[in-house]
Order: sequence, then C-alpha cells, then structure tokens
Amino acid sequence: MSLRNNRGVALASTAALLLLAGISLAFFWVPDDVDQGFSQRIFYIHVPVALTAYACFGWGAWKALRLLWTGEVRYDLESYTAVHMGVIFGILTLVTGSIWARISWGVWWSWGERQLVLFLVLFLFYSAYFMLRYSTEPGPRRERMSAVYALFGVVLIPVSFLAIRLAEGFIHPTVFTRDGPQMAGSMFFVFCVCFAGTLALAGALYANELLGKRVDASLRELEEARA
Amino acid sequence: MTYFGDVAALARKDLLLELRSRDTLPAMLLFVVSTLVVFHFALPADSSDVAAGGLLWVAIVFTALLGLTRAFAAEREQRLLDGLVLAPCDRSAIWLAKGASVMAFLLLAEAVALPAFALFFAPVDVTLVAAVLLADIGIAAVGTLLAAMAAASRARELLLPLLFLPLAIPVIVGGVGATVADEPARYLGFLALYDLLFAILSWASFEYVVTE
Repeated sequence: MSLRNNRGVALASTAALLLLAGISLAFFWVPDDVDQGFSQRIFYIHVPVALTAYACFGWGAWKALRLLWTGEVRYDLESYTAVHMGVIFGILTLVTGSIWARISWGVWWSWGERQLVLFLVLFLFYSAYFMLRYSTEPGPRRERMSAVYALFGVVLIPVSFLAIRLAEGFIHPTVFTRDGPQMAGSMFFVFCVCFAGTLALAGALYANELLGKRVDASLRELEEARA
Repeated sequence: MTYFGDVAALARKDLLLELRSRDTLPAMLLFVVSTLVVFHFALPADSSDVAAGGLLWVAIVFTALLGLTRAFAAEREQRLLDGLVLAPCDRSAIWLAKGASVMAFLLLAEAVALPAFALFFAPVDVTLVAAVLLADIGIAAVGTLLAAMAAASRARELLLPLLFLPLAIPVIVGGVGATVADEPARYLGFLALYDLLFAILSWASFEYVVTE
C-alpha cells in the first residue's frame, strides 16, 4: 500500500484546470439560452454535479459487488468512500437544483422537478446507509451488509426515476432525449468540459479520502500493536 | 429435504410461533384500524376519496413496518439466527420462509383494513385489491432482507424505518397510482416490475446479510 498521493494530486490539478476553464467558458463564451437567459448557466454546474453523483453511487455499487464477489476487505472502504462522495455531490445537486428552481419558477422546491425529487429520495436512502454502518459492529458482516445496501441503491435509482415519472407531470425541461442532446454544439462542449471537471474533482476527493481513511486504519493498527 | 420443503418447514415454524405467542398479528390488526381512525380525523371533512386512497397506502406501509420490526425478534431474543444459518439448507430459504410469514401477517391485516377502509372512507374495487397484493410481495421481499440487516445492528427498531421507507416510495407511487389513476394498468405493471427486481436482488443477497 503506497501512502504517496500522486494520483490524487494529478486528479486535483486536472479538476481545478477543467472546472476553471468550464466555468469561464460558461460565463463568458457560451451564448444565453433562448428561453431562460443568463440563469440557464447554472445548468453547467447542476447537471454535471448530478451526473457525477450518479457516477459515485455506481462506482460504490461496483466496489460493493467486487466485495461480495471476491471477499477482499479493501473494497469495503472503497465502496464506502465512493458512496460518501456521492452523497456530497447529491447534496450539491439538491442545493443547485433548488437555486435553479427559485430563479426559473420562483419557488425553492418543486415536486414537478423529477431530478430533484429523485435526489431527495436518494439522499434519504444513502443517509440510512450511514446509519446502518454506524450502528453495526465493524467486521465482515457489516462489510457485506453495506455492500448489499449499496447494490440496492443502484437498482433503486432507475426504479425511483420511473416511479417519479409515473407520479408527476412534465414540468421539467427534457434536455437529453433519445435523439441526442437538444442544445447547440458550443453549449454541449462547455457541458462536457464541466462534466469532466466535476468527475475529476470527485476522483480527487475520493483518492484523498480513501488515503486518509487508510492512514487512519494503519495508525489504529499500530497503536493497538503498541498497547 | 428439497428447497421448498425447507421453506415450508421454516415458514411453518414462524406461523406456529405466532399462533402460540400472538405477539405480532393482534398488534398489526389493532394498529391498522387505529391508523384509519386517526386518518379520519386528520382529513378535512370535505376531502375527496382520492386523499383517503393515498392514506390507505400510508396505513399499509406503516402496518407492514410494524410487522417487519418484529420479524426477527424471536430469532434475536433466543439467539436462533446462528442456528438457522448453520442448518443444512440454502440460506435464501430462510429469507423466502420469513418473507412468506411476513406476507401472511400482512394479508391478514389487510383483510381487516380493506373492509374497514370501505366502511369508513370509499369503496374498494378489484384494482385496489390487485395493487395491494402486488405491493405486499415487494414489501415482504425487501422488508425481510432489511429487517435481517436491522436485527444485526445496535439501533434495530430505530433503523428499520430509515432503511425501509426510501425503498418503499416506489411501492407507494405504484399503489396510489393504481388506486386513483384512470388507467391503473401501468401502475400495476410497475408494481410487478418492482416485485421482480427486488425479489431477485433480495433472494440473491440474503446469504451475505445473515452470515458472520
């Protein structure tokens, strides 16, 4: 196990560069949206953050699957850290989405906005993940229970999405459809830059957090050995 | 013994235990009727049947939660789960048997709740009964797995609702949709899809939750 954090530093620099570029492009280069004007630019933060949260939950579930498959203990910490990052980006999605709803529709919360409702459900679901972890004794059973719960999460995402779609009207503007993205090329380019930036940011945070947790665990082992 | 022989034996054990101790079922029956009475006073006098239909689903989910909290109580108090896990049968048979007994209690509670609902609020039709049956499968499947998880934690009764309610939201959506919408077929289909997905997932993952 290497305690050098080269990958984390590389990811963090990439994230800083891409996000700086993405935000500058979003503010100074991309044309205003025809319908929503300047305020639509929060799209370049809100949507990449939301997609990154999905990516984190997916990554956490993948690591959980690996844990159940191989039984290797290190996947537990990796899965937990990924879910942790996912929750942070999920909260950011809720906050930015709420701001966007306020600007566009004049309300802080709209049950008609599917993505926001979905993130609220996921936020509740993954908060219970932490409750489960903190109220169970550390050990192989906790690792496997967390893994199973994380796997339930990735099944819940599409099921909840379908449920919310069934339950609600269609207020939310549909940007990505089956015919491909409905936006100008320049907008799509800036969106991609921002998305790559938030993904790199999540990667950097993940690498950093994982390293910290591993150092913490080795430190505890050393102290136990000394005592 | 065959797989289903194991399941039948385990489910029989749960039902027999309940028949002798009468711990869970009377509580569920009383709870669901009390809930409906509370809802009568919570609803404004001129509210529609649609609102009452939604509340029926709240009553069902919370009654199920009450039963699920007790699902592994006997195993936990008598430290029986280790013995069950050591028994020479497939671990998923334990899940299936426990789910079946949870579902049996839930069905009995609803056999009281639906007539009471028809009496107090609005008539019950075939679609509603079908939706309730489909929802029960999903609730029992997911709930049994989560109850096993919660039983292993320190927080137990406190933890189960937190784990269960986010997963029950799609069931509520499907159930309420089937109750109030003009075209209930798609909501029933959605409930069936939920049952299928989560039953397979719970069936496959139960072993990991109960083994030390």
